Amino acid sequence: MYEHLETAENRDSLKRVVVDPVSRVEGHGKVTLLLDADNKVQQARLHIVEFRGFERFIQGRPYWELPVLVQRLCGICPVSHHLAAAKAIDQLVGIDPENLPVSADKLRRLLHFGQVLQSHALHFFHLSSPDLLFGFESDISKRSIVAVLSEYPEIGVQGVKLRKYGQEVIRMVSGKRIHGTGAIAGGMNKSLTKAERDYLLEDIDQMITWAEGSVALIKKVHCSNLPYYDDFATIRTNYLGLTKPDGALELYHGGIRAKNEHGETIMDHIDYCKYNDYIHEEVRSWTYMKFPYLLSLGQEQGWYRVGPLARVNNCDYIDTPLAEAARVEFKAHSGEAMVHSTLAFHWTRLIEVLHCAESIKQLLNDPDIMGSDLVAQGEKRYEGVGVIEAPRGTLFHHYQVDENDIVTKANLIVSTTSNNMAMNESVRQVAAEYLSGRELTEPLLNNLEVAIRAYDPCLSCATHAVGKMPLQLELVDAEGNLIDKLVKHSDGQIERNNA
Amino acid sequence: MSKTITIDGKVIPFEDGQTIMDAAMAAGVYIPHLCHQPEFTPHGSCKLCTVKVNGRNCSACTYPAMDGQEVLNETQELIDDRKRITQMLFVEGNHLCPGCEKTGNCQLQAVAYHLNMLDNHFPAFYPEREVDASHPEVMIDHNRCIFCTLCVRASHEKDGKDVFAISGRGIHKHLIVNAESGLLKDTDMAATDHAAHICPTGAILIKRTGYQVPIGERIYDHKEIDQVSLATEHLKHGE
Repeated sequence: MYEHLETAENRDSLKRVVVDPVSRVEGHGKVTLLLDADNKVQQARLHIVEFRGFERFIQGRPYWELPVLVQRLCGICPVSHHLAAAKAIDQLVGIDPENLPVSADKLRRLLHFGQVLQSHALHFFHLSSPDLLFGFESDISKRSIVAVLSEYPEIGVQGVKLRKYGQEVIRMVSGKRIHGTGAIAGGMNKSLTKAERDYLLEDIDQMITWAEGSVALIKKVHCSNLPYYDDFATIRTNYLGLTKPDGALELYHGGIRAKNEHGETIMDHIDYCKYNDYIHEEVRSWTYMKFPYLLSLGQEQGWYRVGPLARVNNCDYIDTPLAEAARVEFKAHSGEAMVHSTLAFHWTRLIEVLHCAESIKQLLNDPDIMGSDLVAQGEKRYEGVGVIEAPRGTLFHHYQVDENDIVTKANLIVSTTSNNMAMNESVRQVAAEYLSGRELTEPLLNNLEVAIRAYDPCLSCATHAVGKMPLQLELVDAEGNLIDKLVKHSDGQIERNNA
Repeated sequence: MSKTITIDGKVIPFEDGQTIMDAAMAAGVYIPHLCHQPEFTPHGSCKLCTVKVNGRNCSACTYPAMDGQEVLNETQELIDDRKRITQMLFVEGNHLCPGCEKTGNCQLQAVAYHLNMLDNHFPAFYPEREVDASHPEVMIDHNRCIFCTLCVRASHEKDGKDVFAISGRGIHKHLIVNAESGLLKDTDMAATDHAAHICPTGAILIKRTGYQVPIGERIYDHKEIDQVSLATEHLKHGE
């Protein structure tokens, strides 16, 4: 591997190149390269330079706030945090997943499928498609969704609408597209009305068709330059994720499965409440992101990848027909038990988009999502663990509360954290194999970002405002002069004031 | 002939003993307020209901209506003052609406929206305040207390208990409970008390009920506070 490039000797004598910020990812991070006189890369690191502190400041708060508080970690995949926290606080009111009311379970799954669909669509179409359609070293003016919309309008519009559909699923179930409510301890706060269900059913067939088209597109892109796509940023790793008891792909609830680079099982059907017996985290001084690893394999060998590539690699099959056919085709392309190509994250991500669209259709046709039995309650407990397959991978939430219902301890292992070591390794692979010894130019440096982007890292969060909140938007030119002003009053009236 | 006042030029009848707020609410005129509830003795502490009566600033909830008064309510000056007062209420406590379980049902938030409050304007104090979750059914989050004394009055006047009081002065003002330990669990507070349900913000809450009302069904999701206030409180003013 490329761990020898983590820390160079004689660092003071080396030339420093910084990519800051890494663009088209969620949150804020940077890459540093140290080069010798011949432009040979001696050190490459991905640094996460922001600090959040959620685990600390939710201490002292009542547990029922958790799903709403912690979802503010993120503006792209808040539903994952919302549901992982909800699964944990279910246990605080004595409800294990098998005792959750059927309607609540299905509504949460619907919410989650909507979330994974929109997040994956956002990542592929808005963030990564410019690289994949125009080339990794294309002119900077081409590297945005705007260029995609102008040169491949059909693909661009499908991406925007697929994402919008996922957001609408979220809005119907949780009240808002971003940072809604929905899941509460022991269940859900509402079911779907018939009108809401019918509204979502209207477009679902179109979404499935477009999702199929997107799988075909990425397959074509990947296979048209197979050796390059199979090698770029590629590292041979372990993989971890949840699966159903029968080994099927699972996003909402299942046991932990880990496989090694040869596809051999490291562990399977592990109860995630005992995650601490299997996974530990290491801290390094140069980044705010920790490095998780499997205890049984140790720090050096035990790191692993999570997310769509891990899930599709790990599962035995997918329980929706179109996605399963796509999975079979995907696995066949490499001929290996596990696909290690980092760029294959995109392919597997779109297979999951198809799976989500198919699953949404199944759930929308299930009358349980309009049921009224939504909340269950049992004996109070003092500790809860919620684990879910977020779009970017396995997400762990672990809380302890006192006798007054106040959170005393919290531990979150966020999906992107699990890919930390892998992203660093991929950056080093690209630095060593594609950049080392060359005169570095801006388009060349985009290769590093392409490697990071493949993981769809979520380094931070965004926020949102809706409802009757008044807003004021000002457009100011470089000299500080007000060019335009838009005011939304609390009654919803919008006023424009051209200065 | 009945006695009248004018509010922003509109002629409004009143009966002896009514305040300007009583007369306004009975006539369907909204004057912003937080510490006032028609069922309880007016307190005049939040100052949001400040109106101009014959050229002088007065609290509409405590000032008696008198024949011929010319009252100004919706002037830009008064609206600006009310917005500043609301901004001060926000920065003096820790009012973090996005995660608060009262959001959508909170009068402080709703009045801020009504007044077109766009930001805090003042630097936030970020005071260090406690959460008292000792009671099995009721929780106090002191971060969100605006010292309106509605809980004090409700406990005294409706529940006959005196669970709450305000202690300290100025910036050191704080809500206390009637127990040597200082904890709610050692008072005779019950979840069925009127005082447990009167808080206009998220300071006094029934435990384990947060977020049960879905978005779209909360009080202020589709209506502004003036509509809600006139619809729910004006009947009580007529009592």
